[in-house]
This record gives sequence, C-alpha cells and structure tokens, in this order.
Amino acid sequence: MTGAGFVPAHGRTRPRRGVVSGIVGVVGELCITAGVLLGLFVVWQLWWTDVQADRVHQQVLAELDWAQPPLPVDTDTGPVVAPERHDEPPVMDEPAIGEVFAKLYVPRFGDDYLEPIAQGVDKATILDRLGIGHYPGTAMPGDLGNFATAGHRTTYGKPYHQIADLEEGDPLVVRTEKTWYVYRVIDHEIVYPNQTEVISPVPGLMPGDPLPELTQRFMTMTACHPMYSAAQRYIVHGELDYWAPVKDGTPAELLDAGIVPDDAAQAGATEEAD
Amino acid sequence: MYGLLWRVIPGPAWLRVLLLLLLAAAVVAACFEWVFPWVSEYVPLNDNTVEASTP
Repeated sequence: MTGAGFVPAHGRTRPRRGVVSGIVGVVGELCITAGVLLGLFVVWQLWWTDVQADRVHQQVLAELDWAQPPLPVDTDTGPVVAPERHDEPPVMDEPAIGEVFAKLYVPRFGDDYLEPIAQGVDKATILDRLGIGHYPGTAMPGDLGNFATAGHRTTYGKPYHQIADLEEGDPLVVRTEKTWYVYRVIDHEIVYPNQTEVISPVPGLMPGDPLPELTQRFMTMTACHPMYSAAQRYIVHGELDYWAPVKDGTPAELLDAGIVPDDAAQAGATEEAD
Repeated sequence: MYGLLWRVIPGPAWLRVLLLLLLAAAVVAACFEWVFPWVSEYVPLNDNTVEASTP
C-alpha cells in the first residue's frame, strides 16, 4: 500500500533504511568483529602458542644430533650416579645462532620438565620457537663468568613458567652433548628490562666497569615479570656446584627427583663413544 | 555488512551457512598463522630479555 505521491524506488516494498541507521549498523558490526578478533588473539596468545611451541620443543629435543653415548646403567641398581667433579670443567665453543646446544632439567619444575637451550635471544626466531635462549657473548655452560639465558614465563611453551618457585639451593641441571653441569640457585631479583648488569660476567657488575678476575661460574635465568606483562624482569642466579662427564652417569639430583633421562632409560649396551 | 555477505553468497540457506562457516574458519586460520604472529611483534606482552635499550 503506497501513500499518495510516494512511489518506492526500484519497486521495493520495504522502506529504505536511512543513511544514519545504515552507518550505525555497519559500525556496530565492525565493533562486534573487532571484539571477536581481540578474543581470538587472546586465545591464540595464551593457548595456541603453547600448543605450537611445545610441539616444536619436543621435536627439537628428539632431533638433537648428539652422538648420545648411552648413560651408563647398572643392570641391578639402575642408572649410575655420576661422581661429582670440581676440577676445571670442559667448555664448548659458542655455537652458531639458532643452534640447540644444551638441555635444561629443573627438578623443581617437575619430573617431566625438559627444555632445549638454543644460541641467541631473538624473540621471533629463538624464544618464541625453540625454547630457552642463550645470550650471545655470555659464558657457555661451565665457564668462568655468567651463562645467561632467557625464557618465556607465559606463552610459547613457557619454559620459565615456574621461575618464581625456585628456592635457594635448587639444582639447575644443564646437559650438553658430553657434559652435565649442575648449578644451584643462589638468589633472585626483580629488575627493569634495561638492567643488563644481571647478565654481567659477575652479576651486578655495571656495564663499562673494569672486569675483575673471574673466579666464579654463574648461571642466570631471565623471564618477564609480572606474569603477562613486560614491565619488569624476574631474574634467578645460580652458581656451578659440580660437573660430570655424561659417560660417567646421571647426576644424583635428577635420579633423586625421579627423573631418568631417555637415553638412560633404555639400558643400551652400545659401546661408549668418546 | 554481514547482511550483504549473506545476500551475495549463492545457494539455499543451508549451503550459505556452510560456506560462511568455511569462510570464518579460513579467517581464523589466517589470523592464527600470519596475522597474530605479526601483531605480537608490536605487542610486548611477554618480552623476557634484558637489553641496553633507550627508554
């Protein structure tokens, strides 16, 4: 039914929506879309990055191209406890950026905790992908100075998720191809992101200060703080307790915590390569 | 906006629903694979390194 003098354009029977209500409608739909996308971003960041990174970490660990001399296992008593050595430890050369050169066991983080350590701390290629990163130019495991590492506390597989649970004396067990390095937590601190003195060869030594003669072998872990924020950094320092060749056995710290490395679990009779 | 999308997609209603679901899945996949990783470069929610940066 059309009123006098009003003929609907294009012969439509529905009245046309006003321009204003049309714009409001589009803006509303854009807002809803933006809300859904933001929600999806949170899902991606908090869930999917973990799924993806965990998968890559497991794959990286499985593909480690190590000669893998099987850890010695006694047929009666199980995996052999590696005798502690306190003499000069062997130190490997710094590898190329992106190379996975070590694994980290932390009994405090659970008996299934095992993460790869790669060279470099670039966010997109190392920390978001491969796991824990080693600050280039800082000491290698076992060396005098500071073996400094960074890891995500949330998202991307979150290798340092429980960093704040570490207590003084907790073992941090680093394994390279041929050597175990057992560090012990000495302290923690919360700093601002530009306080690079935490990864100095002697933690706390300001950049530019003269380097004293190095006598201690530190390890440092850096993660974000507070959780889900980048405002500060949570820092844990450790110091080398002892080292042991992999062919001598497995550190007591792991076995006592019920952690049996894969290559000790399969009691191999293969000849030791070294 | 979405009304227009509904009108330009051909076929009966069930087919349109199916096509739109596929389209939504493709958009989510593209976001997860490319868009969100790119955006996260500019959203420092979880930086964890110390570096000598200018404030």
